[in-house]
Amino acid sequence: MTINEIQDQIVEEFSIFDDWPEERDQYIIDIGKKLPALDERYKTEDNIVKGCQSTVWLHASEIDGRVYFEADSNTVITKGIIGLLVRVLSGQKPSDILNADLYLIDKINLRSFIGSQRSSGLQMMLKQIKLYAVGFSQQAKQA
Amino acid sequence: MIPGVSIREVNISKPFDVEAIRQDFPILHQKVNGYPLVYFDNAATSQKPNLVIDAISNYYKLYNSNIHRGLHYMSEKATEAYEAAREKSRAFLNASSTNEINFTKGTTEGINLVASSYGRKFLQPGDEVIISTMEHHSNIVPWQMVCDERGAKLRIIPIDDDGNLLLDEYKKLLNNRTKIVSVVYVSNALGTVNPVKDIITLAHEAGAVVMLDGAQATPHMAVDVQELDCDFLALSSHKIFGPTGMGILYGKERLLEQMNPYQGGGEMIKTVTFEKTTYNELPYKFEAGTPDISGGIAMGVAIDYINSVGYNKIAQHEHDLLVYGTEVLSQIEGLRIIGQAKEKASVISFLVDGIHPYDMGVLLDKQGIAIRTGHHCCQPLMDRFAIPGTCRASFAFYNTTAEIDKLVKGIEKVKTMLL
Repeated sequence: MTINEIQDQIVEEFSIFDDWPEERDQYIIDIGKKLPALDERYKTEDNIVKGCQSTVWLHASEIDGRVYFEADSNTVITKGIIGLLVRVLSGQKPSDILNADLYLIDKINLRSFIGSQRSSGLQMMLKQIKLYAVGFSQQAKQA
Repeated sequence: MIPGVSIREVNISKPFDVEAIRQDFPILHQKVNGYPLVYFDNAATSQKPNLVIDAISNYYKLYNSNIHRGLHYMSEKATEAYEAAREKSRAFLNASSTNEINFTKGTTEGINLVASSYGRKFLQPGDEVIISTMEHHSNIVPWQMVCDERGAKLRIIPIDDDGNLLLDEYKKLLNNRTKIVSVVYVSNALGTVNPVKDIITLAHEAGAVVMLDGAQATPHMAVDVQELDCDFLALSSHKIFGPTGMGILYGKERLLEQMNPYQGGGEMIKTVTFEKTTYNELPYKFEAGTPDISGGIAMGVAIDYINSVGYNKIAQHEHDLLVYGTEVLSQIEGLRIIGQAKEKASVISFLVDGIHPYDMGVLLDKQGIAIRTGHHCCQPLMDRFAIPGTCRASFAFYNTTAEIDKLVKGIEKVKTMLL
């Protein structure tokens, strides 16, 4: 599935919460609780995306021209959102990740979680995901 | 309301009525995420009464002019109101003269000014500056900077597990190399009220000057700089129900006279030639450039407002909130209060087992409850307790026990969502 197809799927899933914002929050929390913990060997200093209050570990690998993300956080809500973003972006081509328009964030109103602070762990993680995509696409060009 | 006119006489006999007081704060009457706002982030910044908001608006509507310069009507009026705020600030702190009242951008600037102008001039290599474990970063970093520059050493007063300063350890740190002691009066993260009177007396015996970070004390209690005999004290207007970007640095006149200006520019000069500049007199020596005029005037009105309510009534109500809050929060299973000092202001820092403060903060906000989470700009203090941060509910005199009940319910709800 393409990035947008997955985003549309998630938006559809969340539409049942339109009148139940608290259920939506609980759903995100549950995604966070279920997100598999990142293997301890990937919880390295290099993989830390440090926000002001929450810490995210992001591990990226490339197989056959596609980038795979695994991530974890010390806060449940952040893990929930990470779960959604990984679902959208993991397994995609670097160029698609780089050009992705993550309209999902506004459509299911993740903004209230991600916040406007530059120091938010999620903002930094989104930046880091794009940086990985740049790195892997340049590697591909050089190969 | 005419700027500069004190409202102290008008309301002084009124009994404390929290509902009436809440009517003075328009921001409190709104819904956030569908719930009536509960504002418990007062230690970060306090809300503003109508009188303060109107003072800013009236200044720009009626007499905006640069001060200390123009000869015209509005400039005179603005200067008068601004200097009236200085006199109110003097009375507020019981300083002996308005020459001791320097207007700043806030506590951070006040501390930086002293570190820079006093520290740089008087610290010698090998000298020592004492701060405490519970300092805000703004009472750590300026001293680190000046100590680095002057080859002086920063010494730290330790605390116990309840968040009390260890006075005996402090005594051991004092010696003839101690030149400056700079401590927080009330801790923003723990609520501890430090025994500053003793700290000052001991420092003076050792020949050191004392700076107090008064940012969190002044919203809660009357501060008398002559009674305390502190040498410097900094505070922020926005914590005492005034506007942001404004503050007071109190300094003993004798010390301020010896210090060099902090910044150069307009207002702080007497005469300027390309060869030599002579500096203006106190307090203008430290006030380069056009200040925040409306901010100063409105801070004066905030002081009037506090006086009209009365610190004795504020302290009593906040004490009731602290006692009630401590009691009901303690009953929540898995909740641990960080900071249980003997003397506390109305601040409760807490952690709930298995819940990261960030998750708690976000999910309380969803219920219209504003608290602060994180390290509260006190990373060394968090390290002392070996925690990444806390959730902090900080109360002002417009808060109610009913709001604390909502916090308790909110925390219970977050627990069911997360655990």
